[in-house]
Amino acid sequence: MSRQRADYDDVVVSAPVTMPYVRYSIRGAHWFLAGVLAELLKCTGLNKGRLDGLCVSSFTLAPDTAVGLTQHLGVTLRWLDHIPMGGACGIVALRRAARAVQSGDADIVACIAGDTNHTDSFRSNLATFSQFARDAVYPYGSGGANASFAFLTEYYMRTYGATREDFGKLCVAQRANALAFPFALMKKPLALDEYLNARLVADPLRLFDCVMPCAGADAFLVLHRAQAEALGLPYARILSTIERHNAFPDDPIQYRGGWVLDREELYAQAGVGPQDIDVVATYDDYPVISLMQMEDLGFCKKGEGPDFVRRNSFTVDGSFPVNTSGGQLSVGQAGAAGGFLGLVEILRQVIGQTLGGAVENARVGLASGFGMINYDRGLCSGAAILAAGGGPS
Amino acid sequence: MRPPRKNPILRTRVPTLPPSVRSRVALGLTAAAARGSFELQVCRDCGTVQYPPRESCRVCLSLRLDWHVQDGAGELLSETMLRHSNELFYRERMPWRLGMVRLDCGPVLVAHLHGDCAPAPSRVRVRSALDRAGQAALMAMPEKDTPNMADDRQLREMTCDPKFRKVLITDAKTPLGHALVEAIVAAGADLVWAGYAEPWKKTAGFDQLASIPQVALLPLDLTNSRAVKDAAGEIGGRVDILINTADHHRNYGIAARNGVEVARAEMDVNYFGLLRLAQEFAPALRGRGADGQSSAVAWVNLLSIFALSNFPPHGTYSASKAAALSLAQCLRAELGPAGVRVINVFPGPIDDEWNQLLPPPKIAPARLASDIVHALRGGVEDVYPGDIAEDWLARWRDNPKALERELAAGT
Repeated sequence: MSRQRADYDDVVVSAPVTMPYVRYSIRGAHWFLAGVLAELLKCTGLNKGRLDGLCVSSFTLAPDTAVGLTQHLGVTLRWLDHIPMGGACGIVALRRAARAVQSGDADIVACIAGDTNHTDSFRSNLATFSQFARDAVYPYGSGGANASFAFLTEYYMRTYGATREDFGKLCVAQRANALAFPFALMKKPLALDEYLNARLVADPLRLFDCVMPCAGADAFLVLHRAQAEALGLPYARILSTIERHNAFPDDPIQYRGGWVLDREELYAQAGVGPQDIDVVATYDDYPVISLMQMEDLGFCKKGEGPDFVRRNSFTVDGSFPVNTSGGQLSVGQAGAAGGFLGLVEILRQVIGQTLGGAVENARVGLASGFGMINYDRGLCSGAAILAAGGGPS
Repeated sequence: MRPPRKNPILRTRVPTLPPSVRSRVALGLTAAAARGSFELQVCRDCGTVQYPPRESCRVCLSLRLDWHVQDGAGELLSETMLRHSNELFYRERMPWRLGMVRLDCGPVLVAHLHGDCAPAPSRVRVRSALDRAGQAALMAMPEKDTPNMADDRQLREMTCDPKFRKVLITDAKTPLGHALVEAIVAAGADLVWAGYAEPWKKTAGFDQLASIPQVALLPLDLTNSRAVKDAAGEIGGRVDILINTADHHRNYGIAARNGVEVARAEMDVNYFGLLRLAQEFAPALRGRGADGQSSAVAWVNLLSIFALSNFPPHGTYSASKAAALSLAQCLRAELGPAGVRVINVFPGPIDDEWNQLLPPPKIAPARLASDIVHALRGGVEDVYPGDIAEDWLARWRDNPKALERELAAGT
C-alpha cells in the first residue's frame, strides 16, 4: 500500500506568460527562454534576484542544460531542475516546483519552457530524438511523429469506430477557439471540408491532424500563497497532480496512457470528479491522443471517445470546452513549450486572465500532458487540476 | 513488372541514403542481416526476446544478451502510407508503406511493409535485409509468397535483384563463370557481358554462351591495366552489377616452391585485378547508385573461405584472397555512400581442376552460381556458400585461433 500523498496546501501557481510563437527563428533557444523569463518578471514586478528556483524544459538548448542557462541568464539560485519530458514537462515542472516551495527548498520558482525552430532543426531533432528512434524508427521512412501517430490513429479508428469527421470536429472547434487567441499561428477558420480534404501526410492523417513545429516559449510561477498575495498576483491552487512513465509496456500498441493508472487518485485528492471540471486542456499534437485523454481521464469510457466527440462542441462557449486557446494544433508546437501551452491556458482560465475566449465561470480546470514518443508510443503522461484562488466550490 | 524506362533528357538522380546512424548495440542486427539472418537479442537468464536492441534485458536487467535467429512470424497491428518524409532518400521515393508488427515471440517492431501484405490485422513474416545505407532494415512480407513479390518497389530498394539489370561477369570462361552467366540470364537480367582473357585458350561450352540473346562477349584481362580501362570506357556507364569471378589459383605454400612468380601471378589477378577493376569501374557505379529503379546496385567479389584463415596447402593463394578481402572492405566503404553494395562471396573449395587433390565435399559451380543470385536478391553482403564454407565460418566465429591450429594440423 502506498502512503497517501500530501496535499499542496498553500502552494499556488501564478503568472501565465507566453513568448509569441513564430514558425521559424534565427535565434537560439536561450533567446526564447530569456525573453519569457523577462516577461514573467515584468508582469509580476519581481526583481531577478528574488527568484531562487528555476525549472527549465527545452529540446534545443544543447549543448547547454539548465545549469548553463543560470550563467547565461545571470541568476543565482538555490533550486534548479531540468525536465526533458516533452509534452509532459509542464505538469512535471509544476509538480517538482510545488514540492520545492512546499518544503521550503525554494520560495519562488519560475518554470519556463521554450524552443527555437531553425529551418532544419526539426529534422535533426527527429534523427537523434532517442536511441530507439535512431535505431528502429527514424531509418524507416523518417516520418517522425506523423508516422507514429498514423499507426495509433489507424488502430484507434479501426478498433473503436472513430471517423475522420470525429477528429475533424475537434480540430475545427479548436481552430474556432484559436481565432480569439492572439498568439495562435493559425489565423483562419478551418472548415470541416477543408480538414477532410487536406493533403495526406501519413494515412489516415492529413495536414490538419498534424501539429506545426514552431519557436516560442511559455512560463508560469510557483510560489507560496502569501507571497502571491503580497505581490498582488492572481493565483490558482493546485488541487492534485499525477505523472506516470512507461505505463502498460506490454500493450502491443498504444490505445491508453498512464492516466488510467492514476486518475482515481487524481480526482480523489482533488475532491472533484470529471463532472466538476469546467475547462480542459488535452495534449493535442494529433487529435487521436485528445480522444484517448478524454477516455483515460474519465470523461467517457474507453472506446466511447468518438461518441463523446459527437455529443460535445468543445468550443469556449459550448459544451466541454477543450484547448480554449486553440491547442497546439492551432497555436503551434514550440518544442517543449508544447508541454506548457495547455497548463498555462488552464491557469489563465481559472484566474480570469485569458488572452482569448473565456469559459464562463471557469473555476476548476484540468490540464493534461503526454510526451516522448521514444519508440512506438508516448511514454510520459500527467495531469493537474487547478482551481481558482477561492476554491472549487 | 518492369520499372519504367529512364527518361534520358532528365538529370540522373544523385544517390542519397536512408539514415545510417545506429548505436553500437543495434549493429548486432546489421551483423546478422549481412549474412542473411534475422536475429534479435535474447536474454540468457530469463529468455525474453527483445527489440529495439538494448544494453540490458528489459525484464530482468541481465547484461547477458545473445543474438538468436528468429522466424519473423507475427501480426500486422497497424499500417500507414507515409507521404511526407524528413529525409531526402525517402522524399524521392514517396509514398512509402510502413507497418507496426507484433512478433509471435513478443516484441513490437516498426517495419517496411511489402505491397502485397493484407491490411491490418493480418499475418506477416518479418525478414531482415540490408538497406541502401548498408544497415539492417526490417521488412514485413506477406505470410505466403505472392507472384512477382520480388518486384515490390520498396523491396527492390533493399535488394540487388539482377532482374531488369545489366551485369558484367569478369571471367566467364571458368566453370563458375559459365554457370553464372546462365543463372544471371535466368534471373531476368537484360544484358550480361561475359568477360574473357587469353582468347587462345578455349574452354568447353564458352562459345555457346555467345548464342544466348542477352549475352555479349567482352575481352577483359584483369592483369592489363590498359585493357581494364578500355572495357570500362566502353561499358562502365551501363554496368548495374559487376561480378568479379576472375581467379588465379595454384597449389602449395612456401616451402614447396622456389621464387615468387606464382604468388605474384595470383596477386596480379586476385588482388591487383580487383584494384584495377575498382579504379576503372567504381566511379561510374558510384555515379549511378540511384539511377532509377534499375540503378547500379552491387559489386560481387569471388573470394574464398581461405581468406579468413590461411589454408597452408594453398598458402599463397589464401594470402592473395586475404589481400582481396581487405581491399574489398575498402571498396565497400567507398561505394557505400552511393548505395552500391559490395557482396563478398567466400566459397569453400570449388569442384574444379585446381582443387583436384581436395576430398569432397566441394561446391559445384552451378550451386555457387545460384547462391550468388540468391545473395543479390536477398539483401546480404557476406555469403558463405557450401558445407565447407559454413563449417569454416562456424569454427572461425567460435574461435579463430582454434581454426588456425586445426588448419595447420590438416584437420
